[in-house]
Parts: sequence; C-alpha cells; structure tokens
Amino acid sequence: MFHLDRWSEIFETIKSNKLRTFLAGFTVALGILIFVVLFGLGNGLQNTFDEYFTDTKFNNIYISGGRTSKPFAGYESNRLIELDNDDLQDISEKFNFFIDGLTPRISISGEVGYKLKSNNYTISGVGPSNQDSEMNVLMFGRYINELDVLNNEKNIVLGRLVKQDLFGEEDPIGKYVSGGGRSWKVIGVFQDDGGDNEERVIYTPYTTLQKILKNTDKVNSIILSYKPSIGFDGAIELEKKLKGFLKNKKKIDPSDPRGLRLRSAAQDLKNNQDFSMALNYIIIFVGIGTLLAGIIGISNIMVFVIKERTKEFGIRKAVGATPSSIVWMVLQESIFITTISGYIGLFIGVVFLSSLGDTLKKEFYITDPYVDLNTAILATIMLIIFGAIAGYIPAKRAAKIKPIIALNDK
Amino acid sequence: MIKIKNLHKSYKMGKNSLHVLKGLDLEIQEGELVAIMGSSGSGKSTLLNIIGMLDNHDHGTYELDKVIIEKMDETKAAKYRNKFLGFVFQSFNLINYKNALENVILPLYYQGLTKKMREEKALKYLDDVGLKQWASHLPNELSGGQKQRVAIARAMVSEPKVLLADEPTGALDSNTSKEVMNLIQKINGAGKTILVVTHEHDISQMCSRVVKLKDGVIVEDKKINQKKAL
Repeated sequence: MFHLDRWSEIFETIKSNKLRTFLAGFTVALGILIFVVLFGLGNGLQNTFDEYFTDTKFNNIYISGGRTSKPFAGYESNRLIELDNDDLQDISEKFNFFIDGLTPRISISGEVGYKLKSNNYTISGVGPSNQDSEMNVLMFGRYINELDVLNNEKNIVLGRLVKQDLFGEEDPIGKYVSGGGRSWKVIGVFQDDGGDNEERVIYTPYTTLQKILKNTDKVNSIILSYKPSIGFDGAIELEKKLKGFLKNKKKIDPSDPRGLRLRSAAQDLKNNQDFSMALNYIIIFVGIGTLLAGIIGISNIMVFVIKERTKEFGIRKAVGATPSSIVWMVLQESIFITTISGYIGLFIGVVFLSSLGDTLKKEFYITDPYVDLNTAILATIMLIIFGAIAGYIPAKRAAKIKPIIALNDK
Repeated sequence: MIKIKNLHKSYKMGKNSLHVLKGLDLEIQEGELVAIMGSSGSGKSTLLNIIGMLDNHDHGTYELDKVIIEKMDETKAAKYRNKFLGFVFQSFNLINYKNALENVILPLYYQGLTKKMREEKALKYLDDVGLKQWASHLPNELSGGQKQRVAIARAMVSEPKVLLADEPTGALDSNTSKEVMNLIQKINGAGKTILVVTHEHDISQMCSRVVKLKDGVIVEDKKINQKKAL
C-alpha cells in the first residue's frame, strides 16, 4: 500500500482524470461541509437553549419548615417546625457526598439608606455558597465568606440595582449604609440574570442577622445544591432521604404532608433534559442523513468511474495486472481522494462555524455554533470507509471480468 | 512452442449454447509466423483469445512453452500473460490518458521493474518501432499506424515468448498495413513466434504458414512462401 511506485501510478491517474477526481472530491467535501455546518448550527441552537434554561440553578433543593397537620410521637398537630443551625450542620455532615453547596436563608425587609437616599429592600442572611445557588455574578468587591459568617460581620453585598439606587456612579466598596439603626459595610456588588427583583436584594452573613436582629439560631430555609452528576434519579432519591431524615429528627409523622416543605427543580430539570435530548436526536438524525447522502453520492460516482474504466482494466489485465492489483489501485485512489477532500470540507466547515460566532444569536437563536472535532473526524472517516466499500464492490467485480469481455466493452 | 489437442469451446447465449471450437489440433514451432484465417464466426479470434489466456477453454489440452495451461485463477493467468504473451489488437487498446511511453511502460510496471529501468527499456522498444520522438504524445495525437506501432512496442517490451495479433491491420489502410506487417516480419526475423489472426488474403501471404478455420475446425494448414511486406 505504501509502495512509492503505486502512488506515482495513482497520482498519474488522478492528474489525467481531473473531472472525475473533482466530482468525487467535491461530493465528499460538500457532504462533510454540510454535515459540519448542520451539526454546528444544531449545537448552536442547543447552546442557546442551555443558556436560556440554566439561568436559574436547577440543582437546588429548597427546604423550609411549616406547621404539622398530624399528631406524632406525643406531639399534637399544628406544631410549628423551624429549621436551625443544627439542622444545617446535620445536613452538611450527613449528605456531604451529594452536596455542591449549602446555605441557609433568613429574610427580613427593611429600610436601608446612604447619605440622603433610602429605600426598602429585602435583606437576606445567607452563607457563601448562596452566590452559586443564586448564580450571582460579582461586579465589584467580594462576596460573603466563611470568616464573615464565623465573626457575625456586619458586611453586606448589594444587588446591582440597590447600588444604583443608593450610590449612583459612586464607588460603594468600603462605604457604610444605615439600616435598623446600625451601620453596615458594603463589601461587594453583584448582578443576576434572574430579573430586577433578584438585583434589589442585599445579602449579609446569616449569623449576623441571627445574632443582631433576632438573637436566635433559627433559619427560614435551607438551600441545598446537589452535584449535577447524581442525575435526575439521584436527585429524587436525595430529596426522599433528606425528607426522611429531617422528619425523623423533627418528630414529624412520615405520612404528614405538611410540617416540612422540600421544593426542587429536579422534575423541571428532567423535562428540560428531555427536550434537550430530543434536540440532540434531531441533530444526530440530520447529521446521519447528510452523511448518508454523501455516501450514496460517492458510491454512485465510484460505480460510474469503474464502469468507465472497465476497458482500461481489461488492457491492464492483458499486459499482466492481477485482479488484486486493480482493486487496490481503485481503493487507494478513492481513499486518497476522499481523505483529502474530506479534510478540505472539514476545514472549511470548522472555519465557517467559528467565523459565525454570535452573529446568528438574535435572529436565529444560534449561539457559538461548533462541532466536536472528534465527531467531525469520525464522520470523515466514515465517509472514507464507505467510499472505499462503495469502490471495492464494483472494483472487485470489474477485476474479475475476463479481460476479453472487458476489452470488448465499448 | 504451442501444442493444442482436441480443443473445445462453447459460449452460452441465453438458453442456447454456441459451439465455437469443435476439437482443434494445432502445433506451432518456435520462430514461426502463422496466419490464422477464416470468415467471421469461424472461431479464429476465440482460438487466439484462448491461446492468449484471455479466455478459458472447455475441453482439450493446451501447452505453451511446455507448460500445460488449464483453468487457472486470474492472478496466475495475469502473471503468465505478463511473462509469456504479448498482445496486439485491432482497436489498439491503448490507455487514452497515458502517453505513448507510459503505455509501453505498463507491462514493465506489472513486472515490478524500477522506474528508471522501465523508462529506459520502454524507450528502447519505442525507438525500435520508430516512435522515440513521439514518446510524450497521447494516443489521440497519433495516427492509426503509429498507435498500432505503440501497441506492438508495448507487446514486445515484456519480451514475451509469443506475440499474438488479432486483426492488427483491420483498422488501417493498405499502406499502413504493410508498414505494420513489415514490423511484424522484422520481429519474427529476430526469432519471435507470432500468430496473426486476419481475414485478409494479402496479410496472410506475408506469413510463413497459413491455418484456415471454418466452423470451428481447421480445414487447411500449409506452409507458404512468405512475401515481403515492403
């Protein structure tokens, strides 16, 4: 196969049959190009979709207390269940393996002012991992950290709109605002894609709110972010276990529908994943269809080429060519042409996709179209293999024909 | 050189079978120039194709240079053809996208000679037929006589035991025919065994022996006084 002589014979053939070479190469290059572009655009569509649906975190489980509706273990019904720091600790220890982030939340509403301006805002006491579960993006300064929580620091992080209301263009970092008769130090500003309400929030360490404002260890709710890798079924299972654990701990009747609330986006996530999957299947279907069209195209050309060359094969056999040498000649030529032109198609497709970038986002909802290089190379190899098979079968038949019949072929 | 005994060949034409060769016996010595004559359908081309291993025979024995040729696979037949036989066809059968030299090189390519050796040898044979300066021309740039001379060079370049020519002058005018026959006589003069299939009386007279076929059997086989082509 790597004999230099054979290659020069093949190059000679290719050189003297430019139209045939061009047609075969063009079919393959076009097939791969269309495959890459379609696949890339499909992926771009998926990107937009993913972006849109993962705006809020889907792997959050919101846990909050309530009032029981059934008596249990000596307690009467309508008992108020409240979560506290101890529950937070227990969950963190017991479910550590599944947890990406864990934060409690205590929310109050209050007036906050700076210089002459003041306004009513939601003030939430949270932990550091709130940034992740709320998908807050820092604009300035820093977020609440473990040290703030440990020392009950009166530090606050402002939503983008809070900062705009109170500070305008002024740099807020290190400045103090007043609220509830106390001074609070601004340590950061965040933005959030979730809408204006999400940016009219002030975050402070939950311990600070617990100590200063209420002097309790109670929390309103606990937000748990599980590892996405556990999947939908894992999330449902985790939710069940969490519920069981907390109900047991808080002495709530296991069959009581109230008393403890767990809310998660697992089901939504599942639906979205299904939709995403459907989109994926469509992309794969279209891709395979394109590839198939390319394969059929190259097969047709190979059949035609071999028909056209039957007489030449007869001559070659009359002067001493063995059937296998003819089959190899055809195969090598076809593999060579498909490889080169497949690569060209691949290259043009990838360059075209990367040149698109975000230009189609507004009108066609296509973000960053790309094609996984492995997929594209696999597609090219498939086309080469099928091109070779498509060439092999008629070549084998042509090589078997008695030379005298091939020679009489007009 | 060639020994044929009781050779039979029939072709299937749909349900019917056409019996073309009906028990031929033929013996050809080394260095003979034999004309095989007969009207169309007499089986002369079929006989040549069998001798040339381009086609298989059904019954009988065929011996070429003391090797018994039986039904063999194509790979083996191809090697035998390359080693023992040279072909010249009525329609030249040059590869149209290869130039004269490349066409002559082809049998040497299948012999596995190095590129340099191939080119030297092919050029020498092209020179022998007087077409050295036409080496880089494609077949469609050559006249019929030139094409046939290229074909003869191609047939001779592998130094075969036997040269087989199927109506070599069939597509040529009488002057060109004589030139080609002259070349064939020269090659025969150098000791090569040559079989020429023809239906032209003139051409057959330029050979040293004439074998006449009719309906698949030999009806006449005699040595004649060879005429010079030119």
